[in-house]
Amino acid sequence: MIEKSLLKERFVKGVLVVFALSSLFFLFLIFMFIFSEGLPLFLKVGLSKIIGGSKWAPTKGSFGIFPMIVSSFLVTVGALVIGAPMGLSCAIYLSEYSGKKMKMFLKPALELLAGIPSVVYGFLGVVYIVPLVRDYLGGSGFSLLSTSIILGVMILPTIISISFDSLVSVPKAYREGSLAMGATKWQTIYKVIIPSAKSGILAGFILGMGRAIGETMAVIMIAGNALKIPGSILDPLRTLTGNIALELAYASGDHRLGLFSTGVVLMVIIMMLNYIANFGIKRKIAK
Amino acid sequence: MLKRLCFLLIIIATFLLSCTGQSHDKAGEKYAITIAGSTSVMPFTEKLAEYFMLGHPQFVINVQGGGSTAGIQAVMNNTVNIGMSSRELKEDERRLNTITICHDGISIIVHPQNPVRSLTLQQVREIFNGRIKNWRELGWIDRRIDAVTREEGSGTRSAFEDLVMKGKEIDDSIMVQDSNGSVKEVVATDPFAMGYISLGLVDQKVQSVAVDGVIPSIKSIKAGRYKIVRPFLYVTNGELDTHAKEFVNFILSRDGQKILKKEGLVGFYD
Amino acid sequence: MRINPRFIDKIVQIGLNVQAFFTVSILVVIVAIIFFKGFPYVSPEFIFSSPEDMGRHGGIFPSIVGTMQLALLSILFATPLGVGTAIFLTEYTRESTFTKLIRFGVESLAGIPSILYGLFGFIFFVIKLKMGWSLLAGVLTITIMILPTIIRTSEEAIRSVPRQLRIVSYSLSATKWETIKKVVLPAAAPGILTGIMLSIGRAVGETAAVIFTMGSSLRLPLSLMDSGRTMAVHFYILAREGISMEKAYGTALVLVLSILSINVLAYYVMHRAISKYS
Repeated sequence: MIEKSLLKERFVKGVLVVFALSSLFFLFLIFMFIFSEGLPLFLKVGLSKIIGGSKWAPTKGSFGIFPMIVSSFLVTVGALVIGAPMGLSCAIYLSEYSGKKMKMFLKPALELLAGIPSVVYGFLGVVYIVPLVRDYLGGSGFSLLSTSIILGVMILPTIISISFDSLVSVPKAYREGSLAMGATKWQTIYKVIIPSAKSGILAGFILGMGRAIGETMAVIMIAGNALKIPGSILDPLRTLTGNIALELAYASGDHRLGLFSTGVVLMVIIMMLNYIANFGIKRKIAK
Repeated sequence: MLKRLCFLLIIIATFLLSCTGQSHDKAGEKYAITIAGSTSVMPFTEKLAEYFMLGHPQFVINVQGGGSTAGIQAVMNNTVNIGMSSRELKEDERRLNTITICHDGISIIVHPQNPVRSLTLQQVREIFNGRIKNWRELGWIDRRIDAVTREEGSGTRSAFEDLVMKGKEIDDSIMVQDSNGSVKEVVATDPFAMGYISLGLVDQKVQSVAVDGVIPSIKSIKAGRYKIVRPFLYVTNGELDTHAKEFVNFILSRDGQKILKKEGLVGFYD
Repeated sequence: MRINPRFIDKIVQIGLNVQAFFTVSILVVIVAIIFFKGFPYVSPEFIFSSPEDMGRHGGIFPSIVGTMQLALLSILFATPLGVGTAIFLTEYTRESTFTKLIRFGVESLAGIPSILYGLFGFIFFVIKLKMGWSLLAGVLTITIMILPTIIRTSEEAIRSVPRQLRIVSYSLSATKWETIKKVVLPAAAPGILTGIMLSIGRAVGETAAVIFTMGSSLRLPLSLMDSGRTMAVHFYILAREGISMEKAYGTALVLVLSILSINVLAYYVMHRAISKYS
């Protein structure tokens, strides 16, 4: 009897080991593949020519993605400019001012916002935001501004929930101590609570940046996808993600390798952002 | 509760997986043809397929996009029966067979409310080259021209570059969209936009511009007066099997060509 | 002259109220637009018939089925793999380089944008493994995409099962696996299920990773090697090509409602469990 159950235990453990190894395999498969396909072009054409090059004409041998790196960053910063103030204030409202009823209503509302697919955001952006920008501000409407607005709304749930978690985890004692010393609520918030929640809030911003820089569908619908670095916020632009999505189906040979190199750059940037954010959150917890 | 949910999930999954067995059991009865490639040719192939399948219910024709290059690649790898291309084959693709199913004009389009109706080829070239930037230079208001092009690798862009740009590069500041349909959408909604699409797709949402005095139409293409024309090709690897051949023969027949003509393409018969 | 801090306090409070109201109204506006513009076009006919004329007429049945096939099959593969890995990580090993490696993989993959999954899936499954645009290629790609989420949420759920329960079980001479199967897993089930449902929601709304792997055929996929559309892909193509605004809104409504119901279900499960155990 005992031998039978021991055997069963061994068997189960074996199966789980296989599962864990398989997971590891799949997790690393995608890394390996993208890096292995992306690296050859870096070696063949040269890292500086790709990352620093300003002309993307892969069928003619130019693989410069510098304008797209810049555009990806611009669009991310733009998204933060729109999303961070709104998101942070919403988080402050939720944690410091709202009652239980509001919380119960707002939290699911946020989840809903986060669940709307990016193509729907892109569509609404094209139908409503692009014409608005074109008619009142000029240009074609397909621009850095329109893209930043839509991305800003898309990263709101991320920023709000992470900022909220950080604010809420500030010990009650801090608030009470500050109020006891005669500070007003706002003074407490801005001099005590926010500074102590600082690293968590920043982590939220950075994760929001990661989401914005990785967004594809909404961006190719709204950004215009022109290859030049935008000269103004009303100019069109192309991001790293857009580059891959627009040309993937049509590319072959070196052109395709160029897209993998774009992917490698994108992956490295996002991994760096994630690492910084997690590092920030871990510091907060350690505190 | 967990157990019940798992059970339910497994039942649904088994059902879905069992569906997959079906088409193979009936393999003898259904003829499957996969066609992939140019997004320009795709809507027309889809129309032809819809019509053909009505009269021949044992055929299942699967039409995909992906672009001329992807379609040609897929045929080379034998992952599809027929590849669609809206451009001529390149050097390293020459070993494949091509069947011209019709011709298609590339129309330069603007918004219906745009008063500019006629341009020279040179002007079109300079607009997409970035030399002409403002509608003012063409006799309209002081507003930047929102030009739109197709992406690198597109058959339509290739043809446009050969027939219109003639060596001059399309400027980097020009917007890019990845299908005829989306270029048309941009031009249909932005009064200051200009793009180029398949003549077969032009409808009341956009306006064709006359090039060197010639308005693009089936008539002017057949007469040889409108010159921005490219062939729609079906690309195959070696001989087609009998069933795929049946479909292609239909397309080349009067009935098939009639459908294409109705869609605005230039067929072989009048 | 210093402005009265109490006055600033009031202003800030009003400002934040307005801000929160504004943010919520964005959500309301988005949902309202989709609902009111899409509702007129969603009918039983819309849901159960196939698209005609590239989607200009007809319904979206094939894409609804395609979505269900993709989501359910992906979950079928990812759940045992993911939950099994989580069990292994929490119950069977100590912290070691192996576990650190898995955790590193999971964390890093969590942020990878969907287009990179599309790039990988397209070149690896569709082209190199010659699957062509197919349900199978889509399922494999989405499985890998949701694997990190399932591992992460399962691990968290299993970890948060109180030690007491395990200790009591062992003291009753249950074996390790018996303990896991009969005590730990049921207790962690709500958390695990929530993770699974959220992953389904993600798979349903995904476009970039799906369009390049599963393709965009208008026909209903009858086998694993057939191509097909999900609702998200169909919606994207309708919208981008300007084929039909009405059908686009209709598809968007069905799509958003599906994701909404999945998320609501996930939270219902989560809350039922929390109340059950507290």
